[in-house]
Amino acid sequence: MSYLNDLLFGVYPYIAGTVFLIGSLLRFDRDQYTWKAHSSQMLSNAGFRRASNLFHIGIIGIFFGHLAGLLTPVAVWHALGVSASFKQWVAIVLGGLFGTMCFIGLTALVHRRLNDARVRANSSRMDIVILLLLYGQLILGLLTIPVSLFHLDGANMLTLMAWAQHIVTFDGPGAAAIAANVGGLFKLHLLLGMTIFLLFPFSRLVHVWSVPLGYVKRPYQIVRQR
Amino acid sequence: MSHFLDRLTFFRKTREPFADGHGARTDEDRGWEDAYRLRWQHDKIVRSTHGVNCTGSCSWKIYVKNGLVTWETQQTDYPRTRDDLPNHEPRGCQRGASYSWYLYSANRVKYPMVRGRLMQLWREARATKDPVEAWASIASDPAKAAEYKTRRGLGGFVRADWAEVNELIAAANAWTIKQYGPDRVSGFSPIPAMSMVSYAAGSRYLSLIGGNCLSFYDWYCDLPPASPMIWGEQTDVPESADWYNSSFIMMWGSNVPQTRTPDAHFMTEVRYKGTKTVVVTPDYSEASKFADIWLHPKQGTDAALAMAMGHVILREFHLDAKSEYFDKYVRETTDFPVLVVLDARADGSYVNGRFLRAADLEGGAGQANNPEWKTLAFDEKTGNLIVPNGSIGFRWGEKDSLVGKWNLEPRESLTGADAQFRLSVNEIRDAVVPVAFPYFGATKHPHFAHTNHDEIQIRNVPAKKVRLADGSEALVATVYDLTLAQYGLDRGLGGGNVAASFDDDVPYTPAWQEKITGVPRAQVIAVARQFAENADRTHGRSMIIIGAAMNHWYHMDMNYRGVINLLMMCGCIGQSGGGWAHYVGQEKLRPQTGWTALAFALDWNRPPRHMNGTSFFYIHSSQWRHEKLAMSEILSPLADPKDWQGTQIDYNVRSARMGWLPTAPHFNVNTLKFAKEAVAAGKAPVEHLVAGLKSGKVDFAFADPDNPVNFPRNLFVWRSNLLGSSGKGHEYFLKYLLGTTHGVQGKDLGEEGGEKPLEVQWREGATGKLDLLVTLDFRMSTTCMYSDIVLPTATWYEKNDLNTSDMHPFIHPLSAAVDPAWESRTDWDIFKGIAEKFSEVCRGHLGVEQDIVALPTQHDTPNELAMPEVRDWKKGECELIPGKTGPSLVVVERDYPNTFKKFTSVGPLLDKLGNGGKGISWNTVHEVEALATLNYTVLEDGVSKGRPRIDSDIDAAEVILMLAPETNGHVAVKSWAALSKITGRDHTHLALPKEHEKIRYRDIQAQPRKIISSPTWSGLEDENVSYNAGYTNVHELIPWRTVTGRQQFYQDHPWMLGFGEAMCAYRPPVDMKAAEPLLGKRQNGQPEIVLNFITPHQKWGIHSTYTDNLLMLTLSRGGPIIWISEVDAKKAGIEDNDWIEAFNLNGAIAARAVVSQRVPEGMSMMYHAQEKIVNTPGSEVTGTRGGIHNSVTRTVLKPTHMIGSYAQQSYGFNYYGTVGANRDEFIVVRKMAKIDWMDEEVDSDAQAAGH
Repeated sequence: MSYLNDLLFGVYPYIAGTVFLIGSLLRFDRDQYTWKAHSSQMLSNAGFRRASNLFHIGIIGIFFGHLAGLLTPVAVWHALGVSASFKQWVAIVLGGLFGTMCFIGLTALVHRRLNDARVRANSSRMDIVILLLLYGQLILGLLTIPVSLFHLDGANMLTLMAWAQHIVTFDGPGAAAIAANVGGLFKLHLLLGMTIFLLFPFSRLVHVWSVPLGYVKRPYQIVRQR
Repeated sequence: MSHFLDRLTFFRKTREPFADGHGARTDEDRGWEDAYRLRWQHDKIVRSTHGVNCTGSCSWKIYVKNGLVTWETQQTDYPRTRDDLPNHEPRGCQRGASYSWYLYSANRVKYPMVRGRLMQLWREARATKDPVEAWASIASDPAKAAEYKTRRGLGGFVRADWAEVNELIAAANAWTIKQYGPDRVSGFSPIPAMSMVSYAAGSRYLSLIGGNCLSFYDWYCDLPPASPMIWGEQTDVPESADWYNSSFIMMWGSNVPQTRTPDAHFMTEVRYKGTKTVVVTPDYSEASKFADIWLHPKQGTDAALAMAMGHVILREFHLDAKSEYFDKYVRETTDFPVLVVLDARADGSYVNGRFLRAADLEGGAGQANNPEWKTLAFDEKTGNLIVPNGSIGFRWGEKDSLVGKWNLEPRESLTGADAQFRLSVNEIRDAVVPVAFPYFGATKHPHFAHTNHDEIQIRNVPAKKVRLADGSEALVATVYDLTLAQYGLDRGLGGGNVAASFDDDVPYTPAWQEKITGVPRAQVIAVARQFAENADRTHGRSMIIIGAAMNHWYHMDMNYRGVINLLMMCGCIGQSGGGWAHYVGQEKLRPQTGWTALAFALDWNRPPRHMNGTSFFYIHSSQWRHEKLAMSEILSPLADPKDWQGTQIDYNVRSARMGWLPTAPHFNVNTLKFAKEAVAAGKAPVEHLVAGLKSGKVDFAFADPDNPVNFPRNLFVWRSNLLGSSGKGHEYFLKYLLGTTHGVQGKDLGEEGGEKPLEVQWREGATGKLDLLVTLDFRMSTTCMYSDIVLPTATWYEKNDLNTSDMHPFIHPLSAAVDPAWESRTDWDIFKGIAEKFSEVCRGHLGVEQDIVALPTQHDTPNELAMPEVRDWKKGECELIPGKTGPSLVVVERDYPNTFKKFTSVGPLLDKLGNGGKGISWNTVHEVEALATLNYTVLEDGVSKGRPRIDSDIDAAEVILMLAPETNGHVAVKSWAALSKITGRDHTHLALPKEHEKIRYRDIQAQPRKIISSPTWSGLEDENVSYNAGYTNVHELIPWRTVTGRQQFYQDHPWMLGFGEAMCAYRPPVDMKAAEPLLGKRQNGQPEIVLNFITPHQKWGIHSTYTDNLLMLTLSRGGPIIWISEVDAKKAGIEDNDWIEAFNLNGAIAARAVVSQRVPEGMSMMYHAQEKIVNTPGSEVTGTRGGIHNSVTRTVLKPTHMIGSYAQQSYGFNYYGTVGANRDEFIVVRKMAKIDWMDEEVDSDAQAAGH
C-alpha cells in the first residue's frame, strides 16, 4: 500500500501539476482558437444566467479559500493570531456557503448540459466529463463538512495543509507520508482534485487562465505598434 | 514567437500611455490578425457563372484556395456600355453568392447511386446474362419491376461505380429501343441557355439513338403562346439596359427587384431621369414600393384591366383624337388595315371569320404562288383592294419578280406601287351590319365576379362589299373596325352594347371592369391616358415589364394579348425604350443556330425527335384520367357545341394526327421493327406506315396511353428538378408514371363517371410506366430521391460551358475552377460515357437500323402553310398525306454501334446541307474546316475518321461558337445575306462592321463578350441602340412571321374562332373543381377555408440556388411556407408560423403559414420549388409526406395551343404548343392538428443489396 500511497500522493501531484502547467502552456501557444470558455448561453438561455452566476461565484470562493487555506504557512496564521479551530470554523462556514451556492448552480448546469437537446448536441465528451468531475469533487468537498464538524480542533486540516505545503516545496515523499494519515473521503477528494488539474489543459477550463482582469482598468484606446 | 513568451513582459515597459492615460501603445502580438488576412487569401480566381434559369447570367469570380472553392464575388469587368447608359455591373445577387456552399455540402451527390433493390436484381441477372438480356429479364418481369418501382422516393440508394451504372443505363436504352422503339427513350432538360454544352451532351446522345427531347419552356408555362400568335416569335424581349431608355415603365405582374435583382438598377436609375413607374400586382410585392401608382386587381383578372385601358386608348388616341405617330405605326406594322370576312349567321347577324385571302378573289388577285396565304387591304390612294407585301405567302416558294416581296414596305406587291393602307372601311362602307361577339365575363365562377351582360354581344360594324372568285359577294371589315367593336367603343353607328362614356357599364369600359378587378375606374383611365400620351410624345418609349405570373393562368393568352394590344396601339413594339419586356427565364440561347447542330446531332442525322413536354406529361402521368375541365366550358357561345366535342386529350390526339403537335412515342409499333418488316415485304417504310394508319392497323400511341406498348419507358432528367419543381400534377406523376407512394385524392373518370375521351382507348389505369428514371444532379433533389439512378454531376464551378441571357447581350463562360469533386463528372463526360457503353452493349441487338420519325409541321419551314383549312383525315375529310394533312414521316438511318464515334465528332451533314434556323440557311463548309484546325480531327478508323473532334466540353463549346452567327462575324454576314434574299432588302450592313470578329471560348473566359447581331433575333446589338425585340421588324422592315406578316390583333384560325379568341377578351379563370369536393370531408377539428393557389418565384431561390441551401433557408423560415392574408388567417384560426395543410383532390402540402398583409384576401402564395426533402412533415390527408407546391396542381391543356400547320401557329420545339398552366387552382387550407415527422426507421434497402 505504501507504494501506491507514494505514487498517488507523492508522485501523481507532480505529474498532474506538470501536465497542468506545460499542457496549458502548449495549448495557449499552439491552439489559440481553442482558448475559450465555449459558452453555450446562446443555445439555451433559460435560467442559465442564475445558475452560471451561482456556480461561478461559488467556485471562485472555494478556489481562493483552498488556495489561501492550504498554502498559507501555519506560522503566518500564528502570527496573525488565528487558531486552527477558528480557521476550521471559518473554512466550514465559508466553504459551506460557497459550496452550497456552487452546488445549486452546478446541479442546474449539469441538468441543462445533459438534458437540453441543443446544448447536449453541442457538447464534447470532455465538456461532460469535466462538468461531472467538478460536480463529483464538489459533492465530496461538501461531504467533508459534516466530517469536519466532528473534528473542530482543525488537526485534520493542519494535516492537509502540511501535505499541500510539502508538495509545493517539492517534498514528495514527505507529502505522501502525511497523506497516508488522512481519511478515505479526503484522499478521494485529493485524488479527484489532482485529476482535475491533470485534465485542465484538455478542457474548457483553460479559460480560467484568462480572466480578463486587466480589462477593468484598460485605457479607452489601445494601439498595437508591432 | 510564442504567445506565452510574448506575454512575459513584466520587466519591460510595453505600455506607453498617451492622451493623459486614456490611450496606450502596446507591443502585443498581432499574429492573430493573420487569420483574417489568410481568410481572404486565395491561390487563383476563375471566371464562371451559375447555370441557372434566373436570367441573371452574371459574371462571377470564383476563388480557389488549397484546391477548394472557397467563395465567390461579383466580377466587375464587363465591357463598358455607350456614353449615356449606366454600366451593367455589378451583376449577381445573394442567391448566386451562396452557391459555393453546394460544392462541399452534405447534400452533394458524390458517387453514382442506384436504388438498392434494382441493384440487387441487376447483379443477380448480370451474373448469368449479357447486359441487354439482363435488363430484359428485369423490365419484362412485372414482379421484379414492381419491387423497385414501388420503392421510389423512399430512400434506399447504394453506391455504384461508373462502369456498372453506365452499363445498366446503356442496356436499358438498348433493350427499350430493340423491344419498343427508340421513341420510348426520352430526356428532359430545360433552358439550354443556362449551360449549353451540358444540355447538348444529353440531347446529342438522345438524338443519335432516336430518343425524344422534351420541351420545357411551354411546360414551365413560361412560353406565352400570345407571342407566337401575335408575332410568330417564340419570345423576344428587350435587354434590361433598354429599361433605361424608357420614360414610362409598367411592371405588370413582374417583381423586378426580387426576381431580376442584377438588372433592377436600370429601373431605379431611370426613375432619376423622371420615368414614371406603374406597378400592377395583386399583392404588395417588392416591386410595388417602386411604384408611382400601384394597381392591385384581383388575381387572374388582368385581362379585364388591360381591355379597359385599351378602351381608353382607342377612344382618346385613335378614334376621337388621332395620334399621328400611332396612326402610321398601326397601319404599317400591325394587321389593323387587313380585311376580315364577315360570315352571316342564321339570325341575320354576322360573325367575324377568316382573313380575306387572295385566293378568295378572282384569279387569286394575280398571285400564282400561295394565294391562300396572302391577305388584303384597301389602298387609300387608289381606293383599290390590294395584296400588300409581306404576308406569309411571299415568304415561301416565290419566283421571279415576286421574290423579295416578303418585307414591310408599304407597297402593292405586283406593281411595287406605294400604298397607304386604309385603317377602317367606315369611310367607304357599303353597310353597317350587326356582328356577334362572344362575351365570357358573364361566366359564373365560385370565386370570381361575373357581370350580367349577354354572353353574345351584338354590335354594329361598318362593312364593305367585295366580289369573290365564285361570283358571290362578301362583306369585309378591317381588323381595326372589329377591334373597336370588340372593345365596345361607340362610333356613332347605332346599335347597342357600345359605350360613349367611360362610365357606361358596357364591356370593356373602365366602369365595367371595377366589379371584376376591384380597381377604381379613375386609376385605369389615368394610367391608360398617361401610358399612351408618353408613347405618343416619345414615339413608343412606354414599356411593360411582365413576368410569368400572368402567363400561368389557363387563359394566359388573354392577359398577354390584352397587354400587348396596348403596346401595339401605342407604337411601342420595336422602339427603343418601349415594348413588351416578358422575363421568365433564360430562354435566350443567343448562339442558337450554332448550338442546334451540336445539340440535336444535326451533323449526323435529321430530323431529331422533339416532343412538347406538356402534352407528354399530361398524357403519360394519366392526368387526363382525372380531367374535370370540360372543353364545352370554354367554347365560344357562338360555336355550335356539336362541332366541338371531346375532352382535352381528344383535341391533342386530333392535333397530333393532323401533324400539328408532335408525339412520343409516335405509334403503337416499334418503328425499327416496322421499317424492317416493310423492307422485308418489299414495301417502302413510309407508304407502308401510311397504309397502316389509314387501315387502323397502326395507331398513334396517344390514342391508347395505358397500353404497355405505348409507355414512355426510359427517362433521363438532367439540369432539372422535374419532380420537385415543374411537375404540375406531382402526385399523378408519382402514382402513374413512377408507380410509387402518392397523395392523389380524387378518383379517375372510370370510377367516378364523367366525360370520357372519344378518341382514346379507356383501360384500367396503368402505373409505373417508367422502367428507368435516371437523374443527373450535383445535389440530392426531390427528383433524385424518386430516381432509380442518380449520377453525380459537376457543379457550375467544375465544368466548362456557355451561358447567355435575355437580360444582357453578353456571352459568359462557366469554367472549371476545380476538378469535379468526389466521383462527379461533367454532363458532357457522363453522356459521352453512356454513349460509349451503349455502342458496346448494343452489339448483337442493334445494328444499322431504319427508323421512321413522325415530324409535325414545323414553324419557319415551307410546310407551315400546309393547312389553310382544318381537315382531319381520320374523319375522312381528306387523304392522309404526310407533311400536308398529317405529320411528315421521315426515314432516318441509325447506326447504333457507332453512336460513340458520332457523339465525339462533327458529322458530315453540315458540309452537305449547311446550317441555319428560322427559315434561312447558309453554307458552313468553311466553319467546319476551321473546327478541324481548332479541335483537330479524328485519326481512328471508322465513320468519324477525318472529322473534327469533339472530345471535351471545351471542344463542344468551340463548335457552338464557330457555327453561330452571334459569335462568328463571317457567319453573321452569311445569315443576313440569306435573309436579304427573301426580303429583297440588304441587311448585311448590320453585321459587316463585325465580320472578322470571332469569339472563342478562351476569349469569354478573359472577359464577357457582346454578341454579334443576327437574323435569328429581332433586335440589334450595336453601338446605337440597346437590344429591343421587334427592332429589325420596325426599322429594317423585316416582316413578323405571321399570316399577315404584321403584328396581329386578330387570329383567324378556325379553332381560335371556335374558342372565341379571334380577338382579345376578358376570360375569367376556369373552375378546376378540385377544392370544394374535399371541403369539410376530411376534418381534423380545425376550421377550413378555400383559397386560390398562386406559386410565384421565391425570394431565397429564383432557380439560382435551391430550397435546400441552408444559407438561404436561414434567411427564411427554414422549410416550406405558404403565405396567406391576415383576414383569411383569422377566419381559419391560423397564426403566423403555424403548421398548416393545403389540399385538394390532387394531393396535399404540409407547410408553415406566413401570415402577411402583403397578401390579398382569398389568395395564397407558395413560392414554387420548395423541396420536400427539408423540414416537411407528414400530411394528415394523404398519410404520406407532405408534397411540393405542385402536389395540389394539375396540368390542363387548351386546344388553341394545339393548332398547327398554320403559319405562326405551327409547332416549334419550345416555340408553340400546350403550356402547363396552374394558377386557376384552389386549395382547402387549415391548421394541422398533429405534426408527424415520419422519421421512424423503415426496412433498409441498402441491406437488400448486400451492402
